[in-house]
Amino acid sequence: MSEQAGPETLVTADMIERKGVWGVERVSPPVSEADIRKWAIAVYWPETPPPIFWDAAYADGTRWGGIIAPPDFNPFAWPIVTEKPKPAAKPAGSGETKTRKLRGMNGGQVETYGVPMRPGDVITARNRLRDWEERETRLGHTLFTYSELEWRNQDGDLVKRRVSTAIRY
Amino acid sequence: MANNVYFEDVNVGDKLPEWSRKTDFMNWNRYAAVNDEFIYIHMDDEAGRKALNEQGAFGMGNLRYAYIVNALQAWIGDEAEVREIGCQFRAINQKNDVLTVVGTVTATEVVDGEHRITLDIDVVNQKGEPTCPGHAVVAVPTRTA
Repeated sequence: MSEQAGPETLVTADMIERKGVWGVERVSPPVSEADIRKWAIAVYWPETPPPIFWDAAYADGTRWGGIIAPPDFNPFAWPIVTEKPKPAAKPAGSGETKTRKLRGMNGGQVETYGVPMRPGDVITARNRLRDWEERETRLGHTLFTYSELEWRNQDGDLVKRRVSTAIRY
Repeated sequence: MANNVYFEDVNVGDKLPEWSRKTDFMNWNRYAAVNDEFIYIHMDDEAGRKALNEQGAFGMGNLRYAYIVNALQAWIGDEAEVREIGCQFRAINQKNDVLTVVGTVTATEVVDGEHRITLDIDVVNQKGEPTCPGHAVVAVPTRTA
């Protein structure tokens, strides 16, 4: 791993400054049964989604004791935007170096799940630039940046942690 | 759904039951509506071609990810949990593609008292081309509990 900005690195001073620093938290509106039902309809279309996502009577009889959301449910959709939150760090290698424009691609993601989201939950999200590494690839000198997103519910329980990989070269 | 899968009944090499969707604007527009994901490359053929996809508009990676979740959930049932999914978006989801989630069990283990199954997963198109290789971990009930 390289943490020193120099002629052979794509790491910026901004990245070094912000490494590991959590950004501003965002708080979701309360999750509603309708939000979950519509999400489930969309991702299962054209088939009827499983009743755990919309049928309270059925869901009450499961270990969850009520409706839960699919793990991929996004409670932050449709925000009332008054000011865009600042990222925890500028994307790795965004913009240009002194000598050339950088190109990039999505390197994938890993999501781990804790407790499920339920109607009434209020989710708090925060993110940070967690780490990076540089190495030579078939694309040339390449920077892999790992960003971490964390969601917790109103009780502080971990709902989801996503580590995304951005590739710049 | 109740307990579909018990830990003791799963072996390395077992296949995930396949889960398929033919995708077009009916799927993509509904997903855009719930995820607030209105991006021209997913809505407009001209925008898709400007983004160098000759066939025009193309599907969202997030929706493909949801299909992986759905496939796992259909297999394990409501009493079990999806614990982890990792994947890379390697190919485009073209209009009218038939996407199928496939998977193979690679490990079974008990972690912190939780009975976990790890799988290699992918979403393949109708040509059998991998579009989203990765892995998943699910936590399932045990018959001994």
